[in-house]
Amino acid sequence: MATTAMPVGSSTAPHEYENSGLWSWLTTVDHKRIGVLYLYTSLFFFIWGGMEAVIIRAQLQGPNGQLVSAEMYNQLFTMHGTTMVFLAIMPLSAAFFNFLIPLQIGARDVAFPRLNAFSYWVYLFGGIFITVPILFQLAPNGGWFGYTPLTTRAYSPGINIDFWVIGLQILGVSSLAAAFNFITTIINLRAPGMTLMRMPMFTWMSFVVQFLVILAFPVITIALVFLLFDRFFGTNFYTVAQGADPLLWQHLFWIFGHPEVYILILPAFGLVSEVLPTFSRKPLFGYPVMVYSGILIGVLGFGVWAHHMFSVGMGPIADSFFALSTLLIGIPTGVKIFNWIATMAQGSLRFTTAMLFAVGLVALFTIGGISGVMHASPPADLQQTDTYFVVAHFHYVLFGGSIMGIFAGIYHYFPKMFGRLMNERLGKWHFWLNFIAMNLTFFPMHFSGMLGMPRRIYTYDGGQGWDTFNFISSMGAYMLVVSTSIFVFNFFRSKKRGEVAGSNPWEAGTLEWSIPSPAPEYNFAVLPTVSSRYPLWEGNEHDAESARINAQEGKTPAQLNIVLPYSTIKPLIVAGSMVLMFCGLLTTIAVTMIFAAIMVVALYSWLLSPLEPEHH
Amino acid sequence: MSAPAAHHYTSTGLDSRKIAIWAFIGSECMLFVSLISTYLIYKGKSLVGPYPHEAYTSPTGQTFPPILDIPVTSASTFVLLMSSLAMVLALAAVQNKEVPKHTTGDRILGSSKLWLWMTALLGTTFLGFQAYEFTAFVNEGLTIRTNLFGSSFFTLTGFHGAHVTAGVIWLVSLLAIDYRRGLGPNDALNVDLAALYWHFVDVVWIVIFTLVYLIQ
Repeated sequence: MATTAMPVGSSTAPHEYENSGLWSWLTTVDHKRIGVLYLYTSLFFFIWGGMEAVIIRAQLQGPNGQLVSAEMYNQLFTMHGTTMVFLAIMPLSAAFFNFLIPLQIGARDVAFPRLNAFSYWVYLFGGIFITVPILFQLAPNGGWFGYTPLTTRAYSPGINIDFWVIGLQILGVSSLAAAFNFITTIINLRAPGMTLMRMPMFTWMSFVVQFLVILAFPVITIALVFLLFDRFFGTNFYTVAQGADPLLWQHLFWIFGHPEVYILILPAFGLVSEVLPTFSRKPLFGYPVMVYSGILIGVLGFGVWAHHMFSVGMGPIADSFFALSTLLIGIPTGVKIFNWIATMAQGSLRFTTAMLFAVGLVALFTIGGISGVMHASPPADLQQTDTYFVVAHFHYVLFGGSIMGIFAGIYHYFPKMFGRLMNERLGKWHFWLNFIAMNLTFFPMHFSGMLGMPRRIYTYDGGQGWDTFNFISSMGAYMLVVSTSIFVFNFFRSKKRGEVAGSNPWEAGTLEWSIPSPAPEYNFAVLPTVSSRYPLWEGNEHDAESARINAQEGKTPAQLNIVLPYSTIKPLIVAGSMVLMFCGLLTTIAVTMIFAAIMVVALYSWLLSPLEPEHH
Repeated sequence: MSAPAAHHYTSTGLDSRKIAIWAFIGSECMLFVSLISTYLIYKGKSLVGPYPHEAYTSPTGQTFPPILDIPVTSASTFVLLMSSLAMVLALAAVQNKEVPKHTTGDRILGSSKLWLWMTALLGTTFLGFQAYEFTAFVNEGLTIRTNLFGSSFFTLTGFHGAHVTAGVIWLVSLLAIDYRRGLGPNDALNVDLAALYWHFVDVVWIVIFTLVYLIQ
């Protein structure tokens, strides 16, 4: 193995960003800093959504809980789901898209740096827009899926659902803008020699996810437009009394909603596909098959949506079709599980915290996958639907899968982001407590669900066999608070005082580990060349030479004659005025007009100003 | 419209904006697929009239003729199709700005301002037809609230009209640049992006015209 000489754990302190004041963060167009902004914001929302879950679990800890009212409970479970899906897991993935994709493919930045900043600010402002109402007990209360006719004006007259409808539209803008950006980046900004079939698996899975975003989000956009028009202008899209199809919303929502499931999980799959080979000291087993199975999951993901709707009575032909397509999608997913296991087989394993979380994903996602196959069968699903069994299932795939994978990614890439290692001892405490607590919380839900406990009830009577299971679930949830607190403590402590990492602390093989930690603002001093999937493990002399140059610290862009984009506040202004323009829908049309005007002016100013200084 | 960054290395050799606009158009396809599917699902499901292709007599004895005016919409469709031709000529004019012009015909064909104006005007004419159509329908008793047909028809064609409006604004912005400093071959990509978007919106209209107006 031709490993290039990388300084591991060098003694000098990592360099700081030269310009790190607040203004520099508001105006940054650097994909790495935007990635860090995404990371902080989404971790905040992850904790926020977690606290909502803790209140839910406290309410359900014993029979006839009185902690919150039924109305507040509805707002809590709606916002818990909405927050975790749109404000925590998706943007946690986006933090890695931003930070990693350009580094993994050998690019200086994303294709459209200012659009990237715009995506982040829209996400932040949209997140605030949809989150703040719960402080006034005005939060959305129709579930994260917002089924009509419950969410139409007739049955939800308050402002609550308006926040949800408009908030999701805003967040959709952010996801779509980011997806166009990353698709272009991956297609067009790969370093010489970085062919598609040499791309790191995280970049590959991100690539698939961006296509899911651009094809699935327009569908929810339209579904939400119909709902918005119904609520504001009195149209009839969801008015059954006018002949509307009562299932229209469900179909449109799940045509978006099921690809959304893969939007949430595939980035985590990508992250563990980076972690497992590194700590097994082996290339990923069956790389091409991993690529194809990822693509296949993405394609099939558009053909399974109605398995969320078996109980509505679509008839045997539709039920059979969606049962079969759902069983089919288990195959490429299973292929991934086996390939990860084969990657570890006979490797020289190092159980760092990142590795533990990655192995945790393989184990826990498998449990969630198997319960998923169980309700692929319509007769079984009819027993399980709307019970805690389903809650157990999707928390195993989203917490056991996505969140575990994202934690693996955070421990793995923390040194590249901040130049220091996270504390391994605290990391292992975090992992084991998290692993035990996660199972303690969600495994009993399989039983309470099978015993008939419905989802979304704010309280229940004792003596139905659910009491013990609910008690255990709640204890697990409190334990998750402890484990997450350890993580937060570790994160901030390590950022200040962690061991200095050096460019390649894990002796990994992909391009992002060839450059100093934290990555310099221009990423690569010279554009790297690539002749294999793991350039730092098995690259030729040319690759090694570019990696050697890129590993050098302390060069300024001017010394290297690298042109960087200007910092600019304009994307923030456009994003802010766009969100305020949407706020106008809830207040007066004048607000909408004023901020629309500001947005247009700022947008033209952005489009007519150059991205970067002229190249000499 | 930012300064072209042609000196940057790209894997495909294409400018990144060209790839992004194709991704955007792909996404827009799903937007219109959702709108058109909903229209088709709700076709014939309205409980009260007016209907698109059939006459309707209300319980109070009021009669409504079929509401869609196919000859007028055929004219507006023709106008929009011609705007795509003008768009092609505008792009060609920008690309060939530095080719010497000898005859009057060369100068007319080579005028990017003329053809951008033409495209924008034809687009605006299409929007005028749509405004006329919407007003006429409202006067004949069909609003966005009347029935499922009204809701899905106005939303679908309104979304398309909004896209045409955005296209006209884009074209006028290009014209402003053309008057300020002249569009040259270096700007061809910017015009090309607008043209791709314009043709896409045009193609969507052909689908809408066929499915909504022509097929009964």
